[in-house]
Amino acid sequence: MAEEVKSPAPPPPPQPQPAKTGPSGGPEGEQKPTAEKPVAAKPAAPAKPAAPAKPTGPVPVPWTSPMVEKHRSQYGSGLDPQTYLGQNYLTVDRSLIPDILRLLRDEEQFDYCVDITAAHYPKREKQFDVIWILYSFPRNERVRVKTQIADGASIQSSVSIWPTANWLEREVYDMFGIKFDGHPDLKRILLPDGWKGFPLRKDYGILQQDKEWVQINLGIESGQ
Amino acid sequence: MNDRSHLDLETPDKTYLDSNELVINMGPQHPATHGVLRVILKLDGEKVLGTECVIGYLHRGVEKIAENRTYTMFNPYVDRMDYCAAVSNGLGYCEAVEKLMNVEAPPRAQYIRVILTELQRIASHQLWLGTHALDIGAMTPLFYTFRDREEILKIFEKYCGARLTTHAFRIGGCQYETYAGFEKDVKNFLTFFAPKIDEYEVLLTTNRIWLERTKNVGVISGPDCIALGVTGPVLRASGVKWDVRKAQPYANYKDFDFEIPVGTNGDTYDRYLVRMMEMRQSMRIVEQAVNGIPEGPIMGKVPKVIKPPVGEIYHSIEAPKGELGYFIVSDGSTQPYRLRVRPPSFVNLQALDVMVRGLLVADVVAVIGTIDIVLGEVDR
Repeated sequence: MAEEVKSPAPPPPPQPQPAKTGPSGGPEGEQKPTAEKPVAAKPAAPAKPAAPAKPTGPVPVPWTSPMVEKHRSQYGSGLDPQTYLGQNYLTVDRSLIPDILRLLRDEEQFDYCVDITAAHYPKREKQFDVIWILYSFPRNERVRVKTQIADGASIQSSVSIWPTANWLEREVYDMFGIKFDGHPDLKRILLPDGWKGFPLRKDYGILQQDKEWVQINLGIESGQ
Repeated sequence: MNDRSHLDLETPDKTYLDSNELVINMGPQHPATHGVLRVILKLDGEKVLGTECVIGYLHRGVEKIAENRTYTMFNPYVDRMDYCAAVSNGLGYCEAVEKLMNVEAPPRAQYIRVILTELQRIASHQLWLGTHALDIGAMTPLFYTFRDREEILKIFEKYCGARLTTHAFRIGGCQYETYAGFEKDVKNFLTFFAPKIDEYEVLLTTNRIWLERTKNVGVISGPDCIALGVTGPVLRASGVKWDVRKAQPYANYKDFDFEIPVGTNGDTYDRYLVRMMEMRQSMRIVEQAVNGIPEGPIMGKVPKVIKPPVGEIYHSIEAPKGELGYFIVSDGSTQPYRLRVRPPSFVNLQALDVMVRGLLVADVVAVIGTIDIVLGEVDR
């Protein structure tokens, strides 16, 4: 039986692997270029880059508002306000994060922390984007705060600003391995405590955990 | 609303009459935890000193799956998160991708979406009411609600062939045109269901046992709800009049006339009342939608291969349990580069600890019920 499973097994592994490297290998390197390419390539040869020209549509534009103007003078280049498809976001230098988050809650009334999440770009020097999605009840307005941090670096916890950050930060830690300084109880939340690796990193293949588990617990090669 | 919450989450050290502190497990195999939720209770006699939730037993890695599927392929997966409100999940996901692609579903599709989503809200609240009442000891509502929920599921089944994990919508609109007699079925349901809500209320609203078990149980204030990110009926029962459908309207909700029911005390009883009123409001919306449903196409101009431009988007809807958000990062390929689901149940469950401190063990069951969690969504 195991033999039978084995023989069809070899073909599938190569199949998912290219699919895996597709989203993990290609995009993060190309992500920025594709956004800039159309602008640069357009006048040169409009016939050739027909495919990359397609996503030109919406492009992030600088976001101006009284709130942004007020704080931009104070923080200068550490703060990059942009808007994309009508949604505003601030790209903030990592060192300014605790200040900016507190300022957004205390002075700008962003009293509801909707979500904290991250994204992994393994080819970048600072591999992770950490994203806070905030909402203000009095202003009925959303804003996203984004920062880049390197692998192994930690970031100030915002549990003291919004208690809801507790589980949200634990999930980011669980899935990406990003540490939050000052978090009261930073441990895995969805995965078991003994879990190896951080699943939402791009270099974490979806088959590896399964194969290992099957080998250890069943003593056979995984059929996947 | 500017009042800051003052959450004191320290566990009191002194126990009553020097009795020993007791730590017990509730769940994960417990019928009143609505799935595989494990709550570690720290008790002094029968009084709860503190809790810790252990979750993740139903974790399937939905966000990782999304990165390995195309946008279209991932669509049915979202039904499996909050499986009691699959239609709402689908609406949120489809709208998020549509927003990312800068397309809009045609008006007829919007109406079909609203009708089905509001029916789903009623069905979800019915399921909540039946199980919540059963937890507290009232068995009859369970049979009543399941009997009536069946009528909604029949409409879903006739519309798209599935009852629970419906996959009713597609990116860009709806795949299926309504069946012959759809509007009649929906209208029949409305006339059928109006007296049934009264029936539920006769059973519970003034029932003395129900009042004793729910009044002043699991109280949470509005500022605390905001600080803890709690949304949905729980937030509204604490007196904060906020609903994504009104605050930041999506689909075509701004065409409909409805109200946001709010409570005052933020206790289990108010949350019950808010959800009962929400069912009536949903019926109002369905009635307006089914009477105004326009003719026209049901699918927008969406390419066969879904390839959103490079960018990121956050889109949220008012699911029956609270704010359900999707944060999608696109790298311009056919697969999401990163897809994050902001699940209302997960965030709301965090409030359990605040709500049950100082109550009895039996009240923990009532409070878990009143938050209305679905573990499929908590764990994803």
